Amino acid sequence: MAVSKKMKIVVVGGGLAGLSATMKIAEAGYDVDLISVVPVKRSHSVCAQGGINGAVNTKGEGDSPWKHFDDTVYGGDFLADQPPVKRMCEMAPQIIYLFDRMGVPFSRTKEGLIDFRRFGGTLHHRTAYAGASTGQQLLYALDEQVRKYEVAGKVTKYEGWEMLSLVLDSHQVCRGVVAMNLQTLELKAFPADAVIIATGGPGLIFGKSTNSQTCTGSAASACYQQGAKYANGEFIQVHPTAIPGEDKLRLMSESARGEGGRIWVPRKKGDKRDPRDIPESERWYFLEEKYPAYGNLVPRDIATREIFQVCLDGYGVNGENQVYLDLTHIPAETLNRKLGAILEIYEMFVGDDPRQVPMRIFPGVHYSMGGLWVDYEQRTNIPGLLAAGECDFSIHGANRLGANSLVSCVYGGFVAAASAVEYAKNVERKETETNGIYDSEIKRQQEINERIIKSEGPENQYKIHEELGKWMTENVTVIRYNDRLKATDEKILELMDRFKRISINDSNLWATQALPHARQLWNMLELARVITLGALNRNESRGAHYKPEFPERNDEEWLKTTIAEWSAEGPVFSYIPVDVSLIPPRKRDYSKPKEK
Amino acid sequence: MTAKIEGLKTKKKVLENPPQTIQIKIQRRERPDKSSYWETFEISYRRNLNVISALMEIRKNPVTKDGKKTTPPVWDMSCLEQVCGICTMVINGRVRQACSALIDDLLIESGSNVITLQPMSKFPNIRDLKVDRSRMFEHLKQVKAWIELDGTHDLGPGPRMSNDEALQRYAYSRCMTCGCCLEACPQYHDNNYIGPQAIAQARLFNMHPTGRMNMQERLEGLMGEDGITNCGNAQNCVKVCPKNIPLTKAIYETNRDITLNVLFGWLKK
Repeated sequence: MAVSKKMKIVVVGGGLAGLSATMKIAEAGYDVDLISVVPVKRSHSVCAQGGINGAVNTKGEGDSPWKHFDDTVYGGDFLADQPPVKRMCEMAPQIIYLFDRMGVPFSRTKEGLIDFRRFGGTLHHRTAYAGASTGQQLLYALDEQVRKYEVAGKVTKYEGWEMLSLVLDSHQVCRGVVAMNLQTLELKAFPADAVIIATGGPGLIFGKSTNSQTCTGSAASACYQQGAKYANGEFIQVHPTAIPGEDKLRLMSESARGEGGRIWVPRKKGDKRDPRDIPESERWYFLEEKYPAYGNLVPRDIATREIFQVCLDGYGVNGENQVYLDLTHIPAETLNRKLGAILEIYEMFVGDDPRQVPMRIFPGVHYSMGGLWVDYEQRTNIPGLLAAGECDFSIHGANRLGANSLVSCVYGGFVAAASAVEYAKNVERKETETNGIYDSEIKRQQEINERIIKSEGPENQYKIHEELGKWMTENVTVIRYNDRLKATDEKILELMDRFKRISINDSNLWATQALPHARQLWNMLELARVITLGALNRNESRGAHYKPEFPERNDEEWLKTTIAEWSAEGPVFSYIPVDVSLIPPRKRDYSKPKEK
Repeated sequence: MTAKIEGLKTKKKVLENPPQTIQIKIQRRERPDKSSYWETFEISYRRNLNVISALMEIRKNPVTKDGKKTTPPVWDMSCLEQVCGICTMVINGRVRQACSALIDDLLIESGSNVITLQPMSKFPNIRDLKVDRSRMFEHLKQVKAWIELDGTHDLGPGPRMSNDEALQRYAYSRCMTCGCCLEACPQYHDNNYIGPQAIAQARLFNMHPTGRMNMQERLEGLMGEDGITNCGNAQNCVKVCPKNIPLTKAIYETNRDITLNVLFGWLKK
């Protein structure tokens, strides 16, 4: 197969980052093949609720991009390389304005300006929002713009295709991808001058999380297994407020606290009274008590650990793993206008009306700060391969602030687009380089498929996935102990061995979900080791990574980025310095207003 | 979630005397050119199941109620919180999302322990409960459901508007292209009618100060043979819409816009 003379960029993933990149590339006049496992309008970005950060200073609080930058770096416990964070915060107001022009129905002030609300880890009103389904609204705006370019012939969508691997030439240069049609199982090579991976997070490694079922991290893991560096994998955000469920943990947005929601438990252990009958003096607002400056809006890593600890100490509501998130003191009209979408979710799945009764919530796995290593232009270590959005490691350091994910996805997509175009313009397109590489990669992937299809063992892939999720949630989330991390890695190795004896249990290969799931599962197992061993190695506590055996942040030894590289024997770890050239690291303390 | 707190008042009816097992009856199809058939599965009852978790349980070990080993049922799912729209199917005869269909509620409503699952009938059936709704995205192209931009470079904020205006648009903007409205519409068959979703999206952009500048083109997309005149005013769409989108209002207002802008505009020519 020959590379066409016309420049072509492949974008994998159709969430906020992928669509942002696609829109920019198409606008610049270049062609995009957009590959997505689901119709792009159904990507996981729809689940983002609370809002998007940008220091527009509508409220006259003296907010500025620099303060946004400082909050982000401080909230991330100084593990983020700082220059791209600064650039993102400077671009954030423009990004919000662009979405405003694209027709996103942002909530408004009485003057008709975009309204802003508070979110965690800041003392400013910095979060623009569209009701409580901001991610959905932003995604739709991009979906609409990209559809326009689809009509114009600049973008070709391959929805219902899953990327399986990169196509690399003999110099390890990325020349495209191989993807599988999820109905026919056809394998197809997509030659490209540059590839942008924007495939989101790996929440499904933890079984139940706030993530969508598409968030397997499979594509990023495939890149890692082909030589892309994976950075800071051990940093997994557990969101303080989720609704536990049988099939998933449903997010209850931080905006609930941004609008005044209060977290509490009864002061008396096992108090069985109706929460509305418990007087104020017998309620323990533990976040407000411990963190007077930020209160319920401490960053997520801190809120999560506090809620977890309160439940471990036996103060959970009804003696169970749950605390109250209380909105009942806020007028119902305000709640409906500002938080309607998330209140509907609570009512739908729990049955109580959060306007009348405090919600019961518990932390749930939510976001990966770690991901594919990228430089300041979103380039991975593989020439021709870029990454953007949750699947890249940049911006958030050891802990992401609420409402920074949407802005980082769009920022990453925009930067990756410009960078991919620049690369593609200059890349050499020699036939000899690409001779046969597409066919041979298709053949390699076909062989993997056939091996799985033919496998007739006694093991069940869904049970293996369940076990993986249980072990990871139990041992590699809020509180981490080295002996348990070691045992978890041994468990993952056992699951990898058992994987070789699965049977896919589906004799009908048309539109089968068993083969794609098996391939995703293997990739999840590979990434699970990166997360677990990365956590085992890091003997300190920083942001979302907390070890009681090493309770303090240790900048002397651990102010460095974890890099994992794949080998047949398991991940090989190395460390590189963090760029702290703009703001010197200082200790985090949310009990008082931040020092500048 | 865990047991209800004692004395807590809840709007929700609690299922008294739940059955030991529930039966999930699924209308299946191997592939588009094969005919459909039914299979029934039995799973043990637990509290707080939804249709998705029941299907996940069946998928793990696909054996019918009669002990026959079969293929795992295929269905689409993603967000599981009723914002992506992908898991839409017909559950006990009613079109809705499988993620928000709670088993307890279904058992209370039907008074039986059997739950039937069928694919949507108005779209090509790929396999089992999976359908192809790509035509809905084509409809969005037909009505040019987007805002024309001069470019994505920085041009400052968009037009100011009141919060009321933003809220009215927000109501339409929550449409997740799930297809419930088309499934329930008595006029819609064989893709003969563009349907409520696309009309509401045209309305969404026609309400925006910038979008309004291209209203004429958008309305033209609704004036063909498959256009807005196919609406028979049955009002089923608005009843089944999981996002409570005022679809009939959109149809009414768009009809008015067509009369005002297109007919009068045309007379002026």
